[in-house]
Amino acid sequence: MSYVIRRILAMIPALVGVVICIFLLTRVLPGDPARTLAGEQADAASVEKIRADMGLDQPLITQFFSYIGDLLRGDLGFAWHTGHTVVEDLASRLPATAELALVAILIALVIAVPLGIVSAVCRDRWIDHVGRVISLVGASMPLFWLGLLVIYFFYFTLGIAPAPIGRISSGVNPPTEVTGLFLVDSLLSGDTVAFSSSLQSIIWPALVLATGSIAMISRMTRSAMLEVLGQDYVRTARSKGLSPRFVIGKHAFRNASPSVVTVVGLEFGQLLGGAVITETIFSWPGVGSYVTQSIMATDYAPVQAFTLLAAAIFLVVNLIVDLVNAAIDPRVRNA
Amino acid sequence: MPETTRSTRSRTKAVGFGRLLLRNRLGMIGLGVIAFWTIGSVFIGLFSPYGATETAAGPLLSAPSASHLFGTDNFGRDLLTRVFEGGKISLWTGLIAVAISLAIGVPLGGIAGYAGGWIGSVIMRVMDVLLAFPSLVLAMAVAAALGPGTSSAMIAVGIVGIPEFARITYGQTISLKQREFVEAGRALGLTSTTIVIRHIVPNALAPIVVRSTLGMGYAILTAAALSFIGLGAQPPTAEWGVMISDGRGYIISGEWWLTFFPGLAIATSILGFNLLGDALRDVLDPRLRTTA
Repeated sequence: MSYVIRRILAMIPALVGVVICIFLLTRVLPGDPARTLAGEQADAASVEKIRADMGLDQPLITQFFSYIGDLLRGDLGFAWHTGHTVVEDLASRLPATAELALVAILIALVIAVPLGIVSAVCRDRWIDHVGRVISLVGASMPLFWLGLLVIYFFYFTLGIAPAPIGRISSGVNPPTEVTGLFLVDSLLSGDTVAFSSSLQSIIWPALVLATGSIAMISRMTRSAMLEVLGQDYVRTARSKGLSPRFVIGKHAFRNASPSVVTVVGLEFGQLLGGAVITETIFSWPGVGSYVTQSIMATDYAPVQAFTLLAAAIFLVVNLIVDLVNAAIDPRVRNA
Repeated sequence: MPETTRSTRSRTKAVGFGRLLLRNRLGMIGLGVIAFWTIGSVFIGLFSPYGATETAAGPLLSAPSASHLFGTDNFGRDLLTRVFEGGKISLWTGLIAVAISLAIGVPLGGIAGYAGGWIGSVIMRVMDVLLAFPSLVLAMAVAAALGPGTSSAMIAVGIVGIPEFARITYGQTISLKQREFVEAGRALGLTSTTIVIRHIVPNALAPIVVRSTLGMGYAILTAAALSFIGLGAQPPTAEWGVMISDGRGYIISGEWWLTFFPGLAIATSILGFNLLGDALRDVLDPRLRTTA
């Protein structure tokens, strides 16, 4: 328990650092938020008025405390291109992104972990070469290109993917909202039509989003397994006559899993960046496409809010990773 | 040790590394791909009769053909010319971004590692904060704060890379400063700056070189992603991310070539840098060969 408390307390300075960093990004970098908001054609007087309205003419320290005050009140600004507060917009769009990211990480785990294990066990055999090619190509593939290729082949050419227009086909009613996750809500309400349509709509963007993670996780699983498989205790387990399945599952993978859990956590955090691209391509109504729309409308309050949200989620995911690792490995919690 | 013996020895070592690299087939493929895009981008003006922003160079949206090998876009611009011209911007962006990361990250990591104490702690905690952001999200935030444009993308991607270089240099410096040759330097009365510049940095170069090569691929990818979402280079610039963004709407009506060729250019150049980076790592750090 003391490890859990220590680890949670350690997150606080990081969070404070993140907040300071985001504040400095908008106030210290040479960009001018007032000019950006007013537009290139605006005259100096209009820019000055916006600067005063935004409080940018105040001393930096005053601006910082006013920013902290806003954050503590849950005020992340106003998105003028949607006419709502940023918090309202994020809250309505977050479930779509959460569902996409969760399905993506699930796909990545199901493919990458077995692939990494098999690659390590069958080192330098054909399956290992296939695994390494998949991880190399996956790591080099730009998401936005892969997404468009998927739409072209599976929607336009083969006709097996639904139109890339959101979370559910246009002719199907969304399930009654409980969690905001369409797959879960449709199961809870027993709506098989909505479930099937949601599944077909999510599987393609989730696969695209998962590609980079598949590459990273399989690579890390392979290298962690190779390291463990060379250890004396694995050789001892084998020489005792234990079945290969038992040795790999119980002895080797258990000891390789902290590295795998760590990379899965890192990848889950990175998915939020990837979600901006994937959601834009598949018209997925989550926070990622909201950020792109905000950029297109030169409305940057949502971009800053998303940055803060992504960093906070990243920190929480890292915390969960450390706690899971502590549960798996007693050396971590006693450190 | 006499100066001539030392220089002969380091030359022999460099030749040895060069030979090992030449023998690494995947690394050479990577180098070939990078050379292809670099040479193609530099000399496109000599072998293409079209300009990168020249409209009506051919019929609008024509599929790849003998006269336009990569086809034309919705303004009738020749895509082959645009893709190679785009290489200039993308490779240049990657190079500048990595240079920014190196120029700031390496000294910061070196100072933090060598000085230690509160200076080291402060520097590395700031780096930890930067690492708390998903990288593309941080790049977006910086580029949005600077305002869209190619230079913003370069700076944004460069800033995102700083903590990685600082961490590598920090780790290397920490381990190297305990070594006998550094202690000998101190005993001879060399200044800290001389020790860091002449003795620690050269010995810490291998992982930095590997990271720079892999970082080039990452920088090209991130800069293209920023352009794709409207924060990097702006139309009508022939930049790979911009071209994919422009051609995006045509994919559902079957005009695949508008996005296919710029995407292929990004993917192959990243693959090139990844292959070369992996090969350099194998050559420069043989300990990693067994597991990577």
